Amino acid sequence: MRLAWREALLAFRRAPMLSALSVTTIAFSLFAFGLFGLVALNIRKALTEVEDRVEVRAFIVDGTTAEQTGAAIADVRAFPEVASVTMVTPEAALERARRELGEFKDVFDPGILPASLDVRLKEGFRDPATVKAVADRMKTYDFIDDVRYGEEWVQKLYRIRTLSTLAGMLLGLTFAAVAIIIIGSTIRMAVLARAREIAIMRLVGATDSFVRSPFLIEGALKGFLGGLLALLLAWSANAVIGRYVFRADFFDVRLSVLGVLAGALIGLLGSLLSVGRHLRDV
Amino acid sequence: MIRFTHVTKEFPRTGFALRDVSFHLARGEFAFLTGPSGAGKSTILKLSYLDERPTSGEVKVAGTSSVTITGRDVPKLRRKLGIIFQDFRLLEDRSVEENIAFALEVTGAPSTGIASRVGKLLTQVGLASKGMALPRELSGGEQQRVAIARALANDPMLIVADEPTGNLDERATRGVFQLLRDINAAGTAVLMATHDLELVRQAKFRTIELNHGQLVFDSGAPAPAAAVGDDA
Repeated sequence: MRLAWREALLAFRRAPMLSALSVTTIAFSLFAFGLFGLVALNIRKALTEVEDRVEVRAFIVDGTTAEQTGAAIADVRAFPEVASVTMVTPEAALERARRELGEFKDVFDPGILPASLDVRLKEGFRDPATVKAVADRMKTYDFIDDVRYGEEWVQKLYRIRTLSTLAGMLLGLTFAAVAIIIIGSTIRMAVLARAREIAIMRLVGATDSFVRSPFLIEGALKGFLGGLLALLLAWSANAVIGRYVFRADFFDVRLSVLGVLAGALIGLLGSLLSVGRHLRDV
Repeated sequence: MIRFTHVTKEFPRTGFALRDVSFHLARGEFAFLTGPSGAGKSTILKLSYLDERPTSGEVKVAGTSSVTITGRDVPKLRRKLGIIFQDFRLLEDRSVEENIAFALEVTGAPSTGIASRVGKLLTQVGLASKGMALPRELSGGEQQRVAIARALANDPMLIVADEPTGNLDERATRGVFQLLRDINAAGTAVLMATHDLELVRQAKFRTIELNHGQLVFDSGAPAPAAAVGDDA
């Protein structure tokens, strides 16, 4: 194994430009992936904050009896998605509206706002689909007039997150494919350049896996370095945005390690796909 | 040690390289393989370290048969052999010591014993003071000695040598050949292809001669009644 590592490191010295090119391509593939990943990460964070405020408000028809609403409250509380149900009387609704509207507080006349049941949902049940399902179930009560839950902007945020995740994956995968091809061809050149050495290794009894291992280490090492570079680039981009635009969250340690390992995997894959094929030719 | 049984080798482009060749080299024996260029000497050597497989017939080397061997077993067989070429096949960018150590590292030998083993091998081939030199700093004869030291690294049962003195002057030839004789005297079988008829005549070892891919003369072929032991 020591020899395999030495040979792999020697490959960097023999072809520094090619090695740098492979490392850079992997770095860019992961960087593209990482940038969109950061967008998705921060949208997700924003969504969590927004989701905390997600509330289903069901307006109650005038003249509904206290028994009817009491029974409905008990009912809705039993929904698995529901965290709490609060009865808001017309007076309380007016009070809240005046508080929220500040200087326009006088636009409402007493009694103009209907009573409502304000439903808060448990964490994990605040996505558009679940919110809509709860709203729809509440609509089935006769005495419920209308149900509001601010669906458009919740859905919009979700859509942006999905799109940025998809764009990141697509771009990242494209770059990854390019990186695999480049790594593959550098390994091919390395195999051909070392054909004589490989032949000698075989003559003295090296197994195929032994012959292959320096190339695999070389690929994985390039990928690992590419991953580190990508992480550095993403971190710098994030720092610049944080300084001049707005403060954004960065990947946690687990995701960062995962990103670097993904680089190593891309490198390993590139050399694995190439080395077996070309070793047969030498 | 080596047994060829009705071995024929045909290459797709160049046709027959060997036709129906049979011979047996016993453990510890020394044999020359002679014949004009293209007679099939190198093919026999390549078959004996299973770089090639016979088209028909069987090659048995150190207990391994070409008929049953799998790709995975070839490296194991090679570790029992030492292979030497006319062009030395040393790694030009590594020192003499590294070239020899390479053969040991490749086989997964523990790194602790490698340096002392390399030292002993260099002493054995008379190059104890040249360990740090690069191959290009050595004479042809010295380079071939390095190749021999590398071939000996794994204590082979058999040395397969393809024209080992072909690139050497007379003095170096004598030195390298003496080294091969010493190795043989210590119990290692040697199969050596050569053009050097003078060497063959002087040495009085068994000679197997090929022509047009056929075995035309074998000075050591046992009489039918004597062919009993099979240590291939």
